[in-house]
This record gives sequence, structure tokens and C-alpha cells, in this order.
Amino acid sequence: MLPAWLNNPGMLLIIAGSVIPLLPYRLRMVVLLGAPAASLLWLWQIPLGTTTTMALLDYTLTPMRVDGLAFTFGVIFNVAAFLSGVYMWHTHSRLEPAAALIYAGSALGAVLAGDLITLFMFWEVTAIASALLLVIRGLRDAMIVARRYLLVQIGSGLFLMGGAAIYIHATGDIAFGHIGLDAPGGWLILLAFGIKAAFPLLHNWLQDAYPSASATGTVVLSAFTTKMAIYALARGYAGTDLLIPIGAVMTIFPIVYAMLANDLRRVLSYSLNVQLGFMVVAVGIGTELALNGAAAHAVTHILYKALLFMSIGAVLHQTGHVRATELGGLARQMPWTTAFCVIGAASISAFPFMAGFVSKSLILKAVAYEHWPGIWITLTAASAGALLYVGIKIPYFAFFAPNDQIECKEAPLNMRLAMGLTAIACIALGLVPSLLYSILPYPVDYNPYTASHIVSQLQLLAFSALVFWLAWRAGLYPLPKRAVHLDTDWVYRMLLPRFGYVAERVYHAVLAKFGSGMNNVTDRGMGRLRLRYDARGVMSRTWSTGWMTLWVAILLVVYLVLYY
Amino acid sequence: MIEAFFAQMPALVIVLPLLAAPICVLLHRGGPSWFVYLLTTWACFGLAFLLFVQVKIGGPISYAMGGWAPPFGIELRLDALNTVVLLLVSGIAAISSVYAKASVAAEIASERAYLFYAALLLCFCGLAGITVTGDAFNLFVFLEISSLSSYALIAMGSKRRALLSAFQYLIMGTIGGTFLLIGIGFLYMMTGSLNMADIAARLPAVADTRTVEAGLAFIVVGTSLKFALFPVHVWLPNAYTYAPSSVSAFIAATATKVAVYALMRFLFTVFGAAYAFDQLPLGEVLLVLSVAAMLSGSMAAIFQTDVKRLLAWSSIAQIGYIVMGFALASTAGVTASVVHMVNHGLIKGALFMAVGAMFWRLRTISLNDIAGLGRQMPITSAAFVVAGLSLIGVPATGGFISKWVLLEAVMAPGHYWLAAAILVSSLMALIYIGRVVEALYFRERPEGHPAVGEAPVLMLAATWTLVLANIAVGLYSTPLVGAAERAARAVLGDGV
Repeated sequence: MLPAWLNNPGMLLIIAGSVIPLLPYRLRMVVLLGAPAASLLWLWQIPLGTTTTMALLDYTLTPMRVDGLAFTFGVIFNVAAFLSGVYMWHTHSRLEPAAALIYAGSALGAVLAGDLITLFMFWEVTAIASALLLVIRGLRDAMIVARRYLLVQIGSGLFLMGGAAIYIHATGDIAFGHIGLDAPGGWLILLAFGIKAAFPLLHNWLQDAYPSASATGTVVLSAFTTKMAIYALARGYAGTDLLIPIGAVMTIFPIVYAMLANDLRRVLSYSLNVQLGFMVVAVGIGTELALNGAAAHAVTHILYKALLFMSIGAVLHQTGHVRATELGGLARQMPWTTAFCVIGAASISAFPFMAGFVSKSLILKAVAYEHWPGIWITLTAASAGALLYVGIKIPYFAFFAPNDQIECKEAPLNMRLAMGLTAIACIALGLVPSLLYSILPYPVDYNPYTASHIVSQLQLLAFSALVFWLAWRAGLYPLPKRAVHLDTDWVYRMLLPRFGYVAERVYHAVLAKFGSGMNNVTDRGMGRLRLRYDARGVMSRTWSTGWMTLWVAILLVVYLVLYY
Repeated sequence: MIEAFFAQMPALVIVLPLLAAPICVLLHRGGPSWFVYLLTTWACFGLAFLLFVQVKIGGPISYAMGGWAPPFGIELRLDALNTVVLLLVSGIAAISSVYAKASVAAEIASERAYLFYAALLLCFCGLAGITVTGDAFNLFVFLEISSLSSYALIAMGSKRRALLSAFQYLIMGTIGGTFLLIGIGFLYMMTGSLNMADIAARLPAVADTRTVEAGLAFIVVGTSLKFALFPVHVWLPNAYTYAPSSVSAFIAATATKVAVYALMRFLFTVFGAAYAFDQLPLGEVLLVLSVAAMLSGSMAAIFQTDVKRLLAWSSIAQIGYIVMGFALASTAGVTASVVHMVNHGLIKGALFMAVGAMFWRLRTISLNDIAGLGRQMPITSAAFVVAGLSLIGVPATGGFISKWVLLEAVMAPGHYWLAAAILVSSLMALIYIGRVVEALYFRERPEGHPAVGEAPVLMLAATWTLVLANIAVGLYSTPLVGAAERAARAVLGDGV
């Protein structure tokens, strides 16, 4: 029998990842695909309700707890690890598959963790392994980004550790169950989760880091960290009302940025943030239906967002470009990739018979049941808006926009295979929702395919397509900089981008002001610290023997005075 | 026969190195002396292990030196606390003896190597003596033996600055020793005894006198000097920086810990926790100083450019953790102290050994000179990274166990500000270790530096033994934490 801390599918992935750099290329690829497959099978045959325990110091840890919620996330994490494994089959890097597997394994471990201490450990490993994925690209920029990213992620870990310590100390209970805001340390733990779930104002690391990883790295990154946080929120803060407005804001504010962004992976990163908002709202509602919705949406979202990142990654891999202004016209040269991208786009826009449709409607249903009309409208609008800022924007600028500058070949076979499998999964879950519903935490009694629902969804989509078309024709759609010329009224074309520029410039000016103010403060502070602490500073230079002795005397006097 | 051997074990731990030292001098050659050193330390490690097991099973051992019964003769007394410390000291000595050969050959002139080993043996003898003795004056004697030999060892460093560092250390160390002696003298004056247990028994009658209070103050300041507690810590960075690599590794991992042990022994066994911490405000002062040490030491470490110096400053910060633990005067606190003593010994030993291996190749150890070394010395660099992670307190390493136990100990009485200081200091450790890791892996080798290979296999083996010990403690913490808890209960008496 394995020791308890090893007896866990997540550890299987972590160990597989640790040995991968030592293996020759072919064996590496076998492990890269075999480990997630084995882990999935392993997880699948563990009966729900199983837990393992082990003793650490005075506590009984629960390294593995498989229940409905953990199972759903565990399954999709393994699937995502497998698919991204296929996608990175061509890479000869030793470290990238290793980091990817360790990252996936630690995220899986976190989801299966039954207590706060185990959760914290895996929480930290995900931070380090995912930062490694950023570093591997080896570019100077990526290094700086990775450092920022790691700082934020470790910060989240520290909040978790602090919160958990307070919680455990106050309650004497280390189990990771419902925490809530009223629990001691509850706010700190929520902050830790919120950072990784990219709550508004805590989100910047996501759009900062994901676009700067390698083509394959981003696919891996997009799947785990944020969904792990959603899982943790669902476990610890289900039914916390505060999450509902937070999630609603998340579904709206990134849309503007997504529309303005030129880097297509940045567009996708913002849209990822929007989709997280849906899940956060669902967790905030906290009914069984809503939690099912959050879990289901995590599943479909991982799939279609991976598909979109894969297709844009394929474009990056083949052309070396990822900015909207430098792409276009690839539909003829990369027909497969184009088709897969369109499927992903349709899925994120919640077209009927696509994966996004069946999960989003669960969340909307849950919102409606609990009577949050304002939230319902917000989510519906955000859902329809997806067509505007991702559904059409991504395929259009990458594949259909007129551009005859780029000559390239179709993506490598393994990338197409990975995209194909993911696309099939998106369509299959859309066509047969019971596949998805059968792995959800709670029993589902819901059929998304009623005539009225399909019709209303199609109307919504048609309407937002119309908005897009009108905005486009009117030149109101914010074009990325150096956009292709279109036959539109130049005033609007100039005005809106100008407005966009102004807004952007104001934003940047404010940011620069604030940022440089902060920098000044920190620079000055650092300068002062440096003055005292560097090799010549008073706190760390070599004191003369006399000074040292004086301090001995002072210390002695202090003690004597205190004792008298 | 075997019974007789077992009975003599406590004395053998001191006698062996004490006899081996002059043998080294007589041998007059480096190679054989190293062999003697190796054999002696491993033999003592074995003895320490047997003693540890014996105490664990059979309870404390009292050994009358030369057959003179205590309290008149010198008593060696082994209990759950000092067997752990003895195991640490002899274990580090044994592992660093494997490491020392190549390192010494490179850094010490061959005609002086035998003296080096003799001094190292004396230093070890002194540290082991402090640990096992149950006699206050005897403790002072052993402290002087270890200190005098370590001044000589540090002065043998390859840079001329080593001489000045050793001189400063000598002045400060002597003041520390003198203070300790004055303190012991005061106690002797009031109780008429030098045996610790005997003093402890006689002390309550005279506890409320100025003399005893002053004695306590002298002892605390004297030992604080020896383990470099902020603000009497400034001798330490130079001493560690300019000492030969194998000395840095050995002394950094053991000497300060033994001095902390000595203070704990005085506070808990001789004075008693109730007197030192409840009647007198010692705990509060020590807590404040330990926080200052943690923050100031870590901050200074962040700004260092010499890696050995960086590690030395980090040691000052880590001493803060150890002091914070026993300053709480609770079972959990003393447990945390003992756990971190051992873990920090393992961590700093490994780090200084890894750095020493780099020094062996490069003859310099500044951050700029080790840039890009991760590719040329992958095994050494990886050892540094893993030990560094342990220092930061990443889960699955010994450092994590230390911090966890310590956090629990400080939160039990509700000292949240101490917990915050621990977390902040850990974050600072992340920064200074991160700076080294960044230099090793994410910078190019500087122009004009020839490519170098790995360090000799014995150095690597010793380094990795300590690194793996860190991981082992991280994964199977129960034996260490259990031993530390027994130690805490032994010195505090149950139920405190």
C-alpha cells in the first residue's frame, strides 16, 4: 500500500513530471500523455466519499478526499492535462512538459485536498510550477513577468497560510469545508482565493502573464490556477452573497479591455476573466443548481478556452505573430486551425449545441431561481457580449481579416489533433449535455434544449451579431491599432479610436502617475534601507570592536535595570 | 565488557576528540590527520546516536567524571534535550569531515593542515562538552575550548581580512565568556555549588537577591554574545564570511546552536522557567530582540553581494526564530526552538557547503562571479536551491516544519504580531535566496570567466546528505518533532 501522501492521482502527475526531464524524448512523450490518462482512470474508479488520512505533527491530514465537487474538477483537470500534453507533443524542451505535469498535478492535488494544510502545500506548488512555465520561454520580458507573477502567487499563498493558521488556531479544525466570511481568518482566505480567481482589481497578473508564456505554455496556464480557485471558493464560500456582485463586475469590466486589446492572447485572457465572473456569481448563489452550474461552466470553459488558446497558439507557432494588426488571411493557409477556432468561438458565445450553452444556461437558471433580476440581466448581456469581443473578433482578426502578407503552413499534426479532440469534446458536451451533467457534484434535473430556450438564445445571438455588424459598419467597433482599412466613415473611424486612445492615455497617465508615485515612495524607501543595510550601511557594515562592546554593555544595563 | 563500554559513553564523546587532537599534531601531516578527524567524528556520531536511544528508552543518564560523585565531582548529564543537540553537533561534524578534505586541501597551506584538523577536533570537543556537561563551571571551560579553537580556525581563512575578523571575534567571544564566568561566579557565591542540579535546588532560597538577578543578566548577555543575538551580533558576519569553507559550514551549523542550548540549560534547568520568565521580564526582552534579529538580519541579507556574508546575516535572522521559541517558555515554544535548531543546522550546513563547493572552483563567491553557474555546476546549484527552499520554509522541507511548529507556538498565547514577523521574515528569505538563485540560473556567465566543472564528489556527497536530510525531515517530521517535544517536557517538567 502506498503511503497516504503518495496515494493520490495528483502525486502521480507530480512524480511523473519530476522524472520527465531525465527521460529520452519518446519516453517523455509517453509519460506526458500516459500520466494524465492513468490519473484520470485512477480518479474515475475511486468511489465518491473516499478519503485518505495521514498524521502530521498533531494533525490528521486528509491528502485525498473524493466527493462530487472534487471529482468534477479532478476529471476536467486530468482531461486538460492530457489535451495540453497532445498539444505540446512536438516540443523538445525537457522542462516544459515537466513543469506542465507538476503544475497540473499540484492543481489536482489541491482540488482533492481534504484539509487546509494539504491545500496550502499544493497551492504553493502550483504557484512555483506555473511560474516555471513562464520562465522557460527564456525571454528577458518573460523573466520580468514571471517575477511579478510569482510575487502575486506567493502572496496569495501567504494570505492562505495566514488565514488558515488563524482559522485552525481558532476552531481547532483543519478540515477544508465551508469557511464563510464570519469564520476567523475567513477574509484572509477569501483574499487568497480571490487573487487566484482574478477578482476585480486583483486580476492584473492574469492578463500580464498569460499572453507572455510560450504558445504551449499559455494553454496549460489557462486551465488550472483560476479554476482551482473557483473550486476553492465553491468549497469554502458557497452562498456568500458578497461574491455575487463581485462576479457580476467581473463579467462586465474586462469587456472594454478585451475589445481594445491588440494581442489576441490578451483578448482571450480578458475573456477568461469574464467567464470566471460567471462561476463566481454561481458560487455566490450557492444553491445546488448554482454550484452545478459553476462546476459545469468550469468544465466547458476549460475546454473551449483551451481550444481558443490552442488555435491562437498554433497561429503564433506558425507565423510568429499574435497581434491582431499583424495577422489575418490565414483561413486559406490554416483551414483546420480556422475551423477549430470557430468552434471554440461558437462555444464561448454559447451557441446552442455547443458546450458553453449547456453550462451557462445552468448558471442563468440558478440566478433566475433565486430572483436576482439585475444580475441575470448583467450575465445575459455579458454572455451575448462574448460574441462581440471574442466570438467574432478572434476568428476574424486571426483568419479572415484581409492580409496577404503572411505565408505559412497549417499547424503541426499534434496541434491539430489536440484542437480536434478538444473541439469534439466541446461539440459532444453541447449535443449530449447528459455527458456533462453526469459528472457534476449534484444530480441535475434540467434540459437546456427546450424550444423557447433555443429560440431566445438564437435571438440573443442574432441581436448581438447585428449590433456587431452595425457597430462595425458605423466604425464604432474599436479596431486594434494599425488596423486594416475599411470602407467606413473616417470621422467615426478616427473619433472612436481617438476616444479609445484618449481613454487609454488617461488610464495610462493615471496609472503612470500613481505607479510612479508608488515607485518614488518605494525607491526612496529602498534607498534608505539600502543606506542602512548594504555592505557599508550602519546596520551591516563591520562595527568597530568598541561599538560592539558598547552594545554588550547597553544590553547588560537594560537587563539589570529591568530586573531591579 | 560491553556494559562497561556503554557506561563510559558520555565521557568518550568528549575524550575521543580531546585525545585525537594531539594525535593529529603528532602525526604532523594533513592526510593522516584528516583520517583521524574523520574516524573520531563518525565514532562520536555513533556514540551520540547510542546515547540518544539510551536516553529515549531509559531516561536521563548521570555520569560521574573520574568516579567523583556529584555535586562535588564533575557530572555529565544527558537528558532528552542535550542528546538531540549532541546528535546534531556530532552529525554535522561527521558529515563535514567528509566534506573537509578537498576543501581544506584547497584553502589551507598543506604544512598547516594538521593543525587545522587538530583545532577542528578541539572545537568539536568543546561543543560536545558544553552539551553533555552538568556542571556550570565545566560548561564555561568547554565554551572557552571551543571558542579558542574557533578563533584559530577562522584566522586560517585565505583572505587577510580573516585575521581581523578572528581578532574581533576573539575580543567579543572573550567578553561573552567572561560575562558567563561572572554570572556563574555570582551563582557560586550565593549557592556554594557549581553542579547545575545542585544550584537549581539551592537557588530558590536566595532567588530574590540582587546577586542572583545580576548573575542571570550576565549569563544571558554572555551567551547572547556567543549566539550572536541582535544587537550583539556584529562579530558573526565577518567571522563566517572569512573563515575557511569547511569551518563556516561546521560552525554555522553548530556553534550558535550549542550556545543557545547553554542559555536554555541555564534558564530552564538552573534558574527555572518560573523564575526567569515569570518573576523577571526576560521573555519580553528576548521576544523583542528576536523579532529585531529576524527583520534586521533578513534585511541586511537582502542587500549583501557576497553569498557567504548573505548566509551569515541570514543566520542572525534564523537565530531570532530559535530564541523566539524558547522565549515563550511554553512546551510548544521550546519544542519549536529545538526543531528549528536541528533544521537550521541542517539547512545552513547544506547552504554553506554548497557555497563552499562553488568557492572551491571559483575562489570567490560574490553574486556577480557565481552568475550563470547553474549550468556549469548543476549538482551544487541544485543543492543550494533545495536547501534554500527549506530556509524559506517551503512545504515538504524541514524549514516548513520549523515554521509551522513555531507559528503554532506563538499563536497559542495569541501573539499574532510575532506570527506576522515570522511571515514577513520568511518573505524576506524568499527575496535573498531568490537573488542567489536568479544569479545562478538566470544570468549569463560573466565575460572572461573560464568554464568550470563540478566540485569533487566527496564535497557533493556531504552537501547532498544534508539536503536530503532536510527533505526527510520535511516528509517524516514525527521523529524530530517527537524528540523535540520530549526535550521540551524534560527541561520544563510536564504540564508547563
